[in-house]
Amino acid sequence: MSVRLWRFNGGVHPPQHKAESTTEALRAARLPKRLILPLHQHIGEAAEPVVNIGDTVLKGQLIARAKGYVSAAVHAPSSGTVSDIGDYPVPHPSGMSASCIVIQTDGEDRWGERPDYGDYTQIDPSHLRNMIRDAGIVGLGGAGFPSFIKLNPGSRKHIDTLILNGVECEPYITCDDMLMRERPREIIAGIRIMQHALHARECLIAVEDNKPAAYRIMCEAIAKEAGIRVALCPTIYPQGSEKQLIKVLTGKESPSNGLPIDIGVVLHNVGTAYAVHRAIQHGEPLISRTVTVTGGAVAQPRNVDVLFGTPVIDLLDECGADLGQADRLLMGGPMMGFALHSMNVPVIKTTNCVLATTPAQTPAPRDALPCIRCGACMDACPVHLLPQQLYWHAHAKEFDKTQTYNLFDCIECGCCAYVCPSQIPLVQYYRYAKAEIWAQERDKEKADLARKRHDFRQERIEREKAERAARLHKKKTETVTADKTEAKPSAGDEPKAAILAAIERAKAKREAAATAAESSEEKPGQPPDGGT
Amino acid sequence: MPLHTPTSPHIHSGITVTTVMLRVLLALVPGIAAYIWLFGTGVLINIVLAMVFALGAEAVMLKLRGRPLLPFLTDGSVVVTAVLFALTLPPLAPWWLSFLGILFAVVIGKHLFGGLGHNPFNPAMLGYVMLLISFPREMTMWAPPLSLATHPLAFADTLAYVFLGHLPDALSLDAVTMATPLDHVKTEVSRSHEISAVMSGSPLFGTLAGTGWEWLGLAYLAGGLWLIKKRIIGWQIPAAMLGALALMAAIFYAVDNARYASPLFHLLSGGALLGAFFIATDPVTAATTPRGRLYYGAGIGVLVYVIRTWGGYPDAVAFAVLLMNIAAPTIDHYTQPRVFGHRKD
Ligand code: SF4
Ligand code: SF4
Repeated sequence: MSVRLWRFNGGVHPPQHKAESTTEALRAARLPKRLILPLHQHIGEAAEPVVNIGDTVLKGQLIARAKGYVSAAVHAPSSGTVSDIGDYPVPHPSGMSASCIVIQTDGEDRWGERPDYGDYTQIDPSHLRNMIRDAGIVGLGGAGFPSFIKLNPGSRKHIDTLILNGVECEPYITCDDMLMRERPREIIAGIRIMQHALHARECLIAVEDNKPAAYRIMCEAIAKEAGIRVALCPTIYPQGSEKQLIKVLTGKESPSNGLPIDIGVVLHNVGTAYAVHRAIQHGEPLISRTVTVTGGAVAQPRNVDVLFGTPVIDLLDECGADLGQADRLLMGGPMMGFALHSMNVPVIKTTNCVLATTPAQTPAPRDALPCIRCGACMDACPVHLLPQQLYWHAHAKEFDKTQTYNLFDCIECGCCAYVCPSQIPLVQYYRYAKAEIWAQERDKEKADLARKRHDFRQERIEREKAERAARLHKKKTETVTADKTEAKPSAGDEPKAAILAAIERAKAKREAAATAAESSEEKPGQPPDGGT
Repeated sequence: MPLHTPTSPHIHSGITVTTVMLRVLLALVPGIAAYIWLFGTGVLINIVLAMVFALGAEAVMLKLRGRPLLPFLTDGSVVVTAVLFALTLPPLAPWWLSFLGILFAVVIGKHLFGGLGHNPFNPAMLGYVMLLISFPREMTMWAPPLSLATHPLAFADTLAYVFLGHLPDALSLDAVTMATPLDHVKTEVSRSHEISAVMSGSPLFGTLAGTGWEWLGLAYLAGGLWLIKKRIIGWQIPAAMLGALALMAAIFYAVDNARYASPLFHLLSGGALLGAFFIATDPVTAATTPRGRLYYGAGIGVLVYVIRTWGGYPDAVAFAVLLMNIAAPTIDHYTQPRVFGHRKD
């Protein structure tokens, strides 16, 4: 049965480059000597180590536990010894280092205990979510949001639609494509578990029409399954973006400041469904994923099952990359991926692709020309923003105006910059504007806090002064009236009045300070390094 | 290997300002060819002159403003301005007319406002309007279509006129030019002649509208449709402009067809089609939001009709475009699209 589809505004059709990496079957990558596991591979708080340097660990053993609600546990991807816990370069656009657990592998790849949970349909959904949480599962589409949270229907009894995202709209990336081709039954088993957790009425698996093999295989796999349909969506970028895909499949727009669940929809990546199946039906936590290794500088582009912590350089070596030919090394696709500063960073839970492009594939743009207001960016924007206005105000550092033009609805998909004939690095301006606004807000918060502290202190000092004065006054009066038998009735009230007056003074001062601070709030920011 | 770390997106469509401008020029080829076929080679001389002057003026201005020459000279925008300007000139125009018009367009219309992307007014139209106001006689001396010309001029004769102001012996300027169909209709209607009589009684009028002009209009239309197909321009401005013009014409034609020309005549005469696809759609000066483009185009269409019918000039595309240029930022402001996931209101 065909699925009715809707459209979102704009979108682009960059060259696909998907064929290169789909000629070979999925295979496991070599076990590296050293696994570097960042404690922060997901959205939310970093995990907390539960092992010490020198500990031996087994494959699948918990090595760092989730800290707080929005967090994810980390497990040992292979057996070996913890050789270090400390800062190592991690995959991040800034090229920063962060806390990692390093495991020297012993080559035996020995599993620890793998619990047998039995029939999941007998398990209470909330218990199921805990198990998925303990398995360290996060969204494998690229965002890395802890999955158990998105498997909670919340106050709703039912979810209308569970969407499985197999769209994979970014050029070059084919890891979901290969997973669907090779492990359709496992994906569907994972979907069933998700449906159970969410009480989802129906499930739609979305596949773009540039993946005919995956589509056919998924259709065959669901032939005897009730309540699951496969939707074949015309290829367009960024269809795989959560809110855009929900629009395409349901016609509904999830509210700008809300979540898809607000409109009864939940979306997960097909890779996540596979991970859920492994966790619940095999007792295996999330310790590996499918990664596409491709690009013009890679001799044997392919998809591999990679243990987390595997250094990117090992993967590239295994796939015959000639880095002398490479223009840049990207993690993720060419539209939203980021350039790596080091080849020693590890593959993490959100790594879907390692892309080594040649200069011909990612040519350096010309120097940007002025905006000619052609509106091509607006026509391409899947969020229906006015990128040219956002650029205009970001360029002029009018950050409040960028917010009235809904800067924070921008998903940084890059469509606008992709089509801009003046080749303006638009997304870079939006990131810059967002960073400036966040910095301003942080500064404001800090200033507020400092002001509050200062006021408290002022108030305390005034109060103490007043109390001292009152005591002094009382003593004096007592001495003066010592020979009289009756105390003045008002004597007890006077110090109180003095305290009140002091508090009033402090309050007035605080208010004056507040107005002064408000007027001096604006602080000039620094422009981005590049750009016109 | 030191890694190179630019930010996303890492790829570009490859369509640059130069590509856009080249496609616009390509789309003008049918129109230019028709123009030459119908009115002779004068327009070619105008185009070449305007291009040379425009590139010269652009280079001087860039130099004066301390901007790099190469990227801006090769972006193609000034060439498009020059060609559009040349297409609005009469086919028989002295060289200094091109020179003054282009000077005004490029120096005042473009660079004094800050150059590419910053000019609020369409430079080609500014140049044209300046000439029309300053030299009304020269600007309305239109060579007739070759098929009607009693004294068709050879290429050499045209060249001689353009540069030296000489016509072959015994010919006055009036002998080689005649009124344009729009002009003719306007004059005759003001003398209270009926339009149908005017049109059937004059060789100036062909099957659909003005002789020759109708084919020129259709050639521009073909180029314009190709631009829409190639997504260089949106459909909104041309559709709204032509729609509004046709609607206005239809209403008045229905009211009194003796005094008001038919919608088809309006669409196929003067600068309507050139204007709709190539001038009103100039990105820098037009409205950019989807709804804004509709209002902007419709505004031009209505103004063209009003000025043609009741104004002081026979054609009005230039004035209408310049007037709507003023309104474009305001239109944009009030027609922002509903952002994804925001409530409809
Ligand atoms: S695509 Fe580029 S040149 Fe065109 S309006 Fe947008 S920012 Fe300006
Ligand atoms: S990066 Fe932002 S502004 Fe640009 S197209 Fe994507 S959502 Fe729109």
